[in-house]
Amino acid sequence: MSDFGVRDGSQDTQNENVAVAGSLRRTLMISLVGAALILAAILYIVVRSYAAQIAQTTQDRILSASVTSILDAATIRNGALDVELPYAAFSILSTPADDRFFYAIYQDGNFLSGYSDLDYLPLPDGQMHFESIEFADAPVRIAVGARRLIGASGPVTLNVVVGQTKESLAGVLNRIAGHAALLGGGFFVVMTLFSIWLTAVSILPLTRLAASVHRRGPEDLRPVVSPVPGEMAPLVGSLNNLMRRLDHSLNQSEEFIAEAAHRVRTPLATVRTYAETTLQRVDKLENRQALRSMVRAIDESSRAAGQLLDHAMITFRADHLTKTHLNLSDLARELVRSMGPIAEMKDIELTLTAPKDVAVNGDAILLQNALRNILDNALKYSPPESSITVTVTDNPATFRVQDQGQGFPTAEINTVATRFTRGSNVAGVIGSGLGLTIVKDVATAHDGTLTLNNQPGGGACVELSF
Amino acid sequence: MRRTFLLILMLATLLSHATTSTAQQWEDHQTFGNDTARVTLRILSSTDAAYLAPIITDFVAPYPDIQVEYFVTGTAEIYDLVLQDPSAFDLVISSAMDLQIKLVNDGFASRLEDISAPAWTQWRSSLFGFTAEPAAIVLNKAAFAGKSIPQTRQQLITRLRADPAMFQDKIATYDIRRSGLGYLFAAQDARSSETYWRLTEVMGALGTKLYCCSAQMIDAVADGQILVAYNVLGSYAAAQYAHNDQIEIIIPDDFATTMMRTIFVSNKADNSEFASAFVRFLLTASARAPAPDTLRLPLLTDQNGEDARRMIPLEPSIMIYLDRLQRRAFTQEWESAIDQ
Repeated sequence: MSDFGVRDGSQDTQNENVAVAGSLRRTLMISLVGAALILAAILYIVVRSYAAQIAQTTQDRILSASVTSILDAATIRNGALDVELPYAAFSILSTPADDRFFYAIYQDGNFLSGYSDLDYLPLPDGQMHFESIEFADAPVRIAVGARRLIGASGPVTLNVVVGQTKESLAGVLNRIAGHAALLGGGFFVVMTLFSIWLTAVSILPLTRLAASVHRRGPEDLRPVVSPVPGEMAPLVGSLNNLMRRLDHSLNQSEEFIAEAAHRVRTPLATVRTYAETTLQRVDKLENRQALRSMVRAIDESSRAAGQLLDHAMITFRADHLTKTHLNLSDLARELVRSMGPIAEMKDIELTLTAPKDVAVNGDAILLQNALRNILDNALKYSPPESSITVTVTDNPATFRVQDQGQGFPTAEINTVATRFTRGSNVAGVIGSGLGLTIVKDVATAHDGTLTLNNQPGGGACVELSF
Repeated sequence: MRRTFLLILMLATLLSHATTSTAQQWEDHQTFGNDTARVTLRILSSTDAAYLAPIITDFVAPYPDIQVEYFVTGTAEIYDLVLQDPSAFDLVISSAMDLQIKLVNDGFASRLEDISAPAWTQWRSSLFGFTAEPAAIVLNKAAFAGKSIPQTRQQLITRLRADPAMFQDKIATYDIRRSGLGYLFAAQDARSSETYWRLTEVMGALGTKLYCCSAQMIDAVADGQILVAYNVLGSYAAAQYAHNDQIEIIIPDDFATTMMRTIFVSNKADNSEFASAFVRFLLTASARAPAPDTLRLPLLTDQNGEDARRMIPLEPSIMIYLDRLQRRAFTQEWESAIDQ
C-alpha cells in the first residue's frame, strides 16, 4: 500500500510538468485483452463450426446407413422389384429429441412407397447424396441413394430418400455451443488475468527505476547501477550520461564561482588600497572628495560583487546542501568576534547572549554567510554609539539580532527580503539589496524561517530560526 | 363387366359421399356434460365409449362450461378423417399406434411440453400412451376342462399338434389383411420370435378362421364355435366376460406383445387448452395405482407380467408396418403360412 502510494505520488509530481501521451500499461492491456478477446471468439467459432460439422456428419452417416440398408433389402423376385424394409432402417433413426423422419422409394423414377412428395433426385449408382431441405414445415436433412439391379426384364434403378428433422442435431449443437462458449469465456478470463500479470511485470522495471530516481537526494548524481531490462538500457544509459554531465557542469560552475569571486575581489581590493594611499597624499579638498567618492564606489562594487557571488553560490549550494551537525552558538561567537573591529570603528556596542550548545543541522558555509549578512545589515544601518544585541536560543534554534537603527519601513516589511529590493529609508547607505535575499534563501534551504520586525522602542529585530 | 363397372361406380359414390358428407356414419356418438356449455371438446376415438365414459364424466363434472362430444369409428377411418380436416376434432384416440405415430410424424399433433411422461409412453411430447394392453390367447374353458392349460406359444403348438382333430376349424386369429391391429400384433410377434411362424403354420394346417375384430373372436370362443383365439385384445375379453367363466384369458408367459392406446391433441384444435387438460387428466388417472374405477382399461403401470411384456415401441420406426412394400411382403409370407 505504502509502496503504491509512494509510486503514485512520485508519478503525480512528475506528471505535473511532463507532457503525457498515452500509457504503456493501457496500451499493453488493451492489446493483450483485445488479442485474448479475438482469440476467444475465434476459438468459439472454430470449435462450434467444427462440432457442427461433426454432428452433421454423424446424422449423415445414420441417414446413409438407413438408405443403404433399404437399398440392400431390395431383391428382384419373379421379375418384380421387391423391397422388404428392414426394421433397423427405421429404428436407427430414433433420437432422444424424437425427431420426425420421412422416406420415399422410387423405381426408375416412379414412386413406389413412403412419402410421395419427398424430393427425388436421380443419381448414378453407388453414390450417396446429402442435402438440407425444408419438408413438412421443418428443416430436414435428406440422404439419397441409388442402386441398380439386373432383373430378367433388364436393369432396374432403385432410389431411396430418407430424411430426418434436425431437432436432435439442434439440441446437440446448442449443447456444443454452450460448451464452446464456456471454453472461449474461460480462455478469455485466463488470458485477461495473464495479461494483467504480464503488464504489471513488464511495467515493474520502469516504475522501479522512476521510484529509485525519485527517491534520490538532490546532490545524488551517481549513475543507476541496478540491472534493467535490455530495452531500457539505452534510456538508463542516456540518463546516466546526462547525470554525469550535470554533475560535471555543477562542479564547473562551483569552481567558476570561486574563481570569479577571487578574480573580482582581489583587483577591487588593490584599487581601493591605491585610492586610500593616494587619499593620504592628496591635500586638495576637491581631490580628497573625489577620492573618497571613489573609495565609496569601490566599496559598493566590491560588496555587490561579493554578495552577488554569495547569492549565486547559495543558490547553487541550496540545491546541493552539505549538511553537517553544527553548533549555532559557536557560529554566532565566531561571527561576533570577527565583526567586533567593525563595530568598534563605529562605536557600536556588540553583545552576544548564547548558551553553550545549540545544535543545528545545516550547511556551514551557507549558515555563516546568512548570519554574517544579518549582522552586517545591523551594523550598516545602526547609528554610531548605539548597541546591537545578538541572541542565540535553543528549541527551536534561533539567531536573533536587535539594533537601535531606524527599523524597516512598515509598508515594505514583507518585500524587503526580495532580490535587489532595499528599504526606502536607507538611500545614504551602501547596499546591494541582496543581503536579506541571501538570508531568506538560506532559511528556505534549511526549512527555517526569517522574521523581520520593528521593536516597540525603535530599531529592527531580525530573527532566523530553524 | 357392366355389373362390375356399376358396382365400382356405386362404391365410388358411396365413398365420396362418406368422406364429404357431414353426416358421418359413426359406430357410436355420445355427448357428456351440459348442453348449454360454451366449449365443446370433440374427441375422435376408436375405443368404445363404455370404456372411457366414466372418466369423461369425471372430467366434465367440475366444469359446467365444457361439453365433450365423443365419436367412435375405426382406426383407418380416424386416420382418413384427420387427414381430411385436422381442425374437426380436438383430440384423437386410437389403438393403431402406427397410424397415430404417422399422424404425429406428419405434423398433425401439437406439442404438450408441460406434460411429463416416461419416454417409452410418449413421443415428441405429442403422442401419449395411456393403456398397456397385451395380446392374449383366449380359450374355451369347457374344451380344456381337466386338461392342462397352455401358458406359452410352444405349449400351444404342442397342444394343437397333439389333438388336430379336436382343433380343426376351431382356431381363430386376426385377418391381418383387414385389421391394422392384427397386422401390428403379427409383425411384432414375428420380430420377437421365430415361434410365431411355426404357430402360424400349425394354425394354417388346422384351417384357422380369420376375423376382423377381437370382440367377434371372443364371442365365438364364448359360445364354443372356436376353441382357441390367438392374439386377441385381452382387455376387451376381460371387460366383455368379466363375470363369465366360459372363457379363459391367457397372457403368454414367453412374451406378451403389448400395445398402447394413444391420444394426441390436434394442432388445429379449437380448444387446445381444454384438450391438453383432458390429456393430463387421462394420464393422471392411468398412472394411478390401483386402477380407478373410472378407467376400465389396463393401466400402463400394471405390474402383472411386466417382465414378459413386449411393448410395441412408441417410436416412428413402427411406421414401417404402414409401408406398402413391407406390408405386401409380410402379408405374402403370412398368407403362405396361414392358407394351406
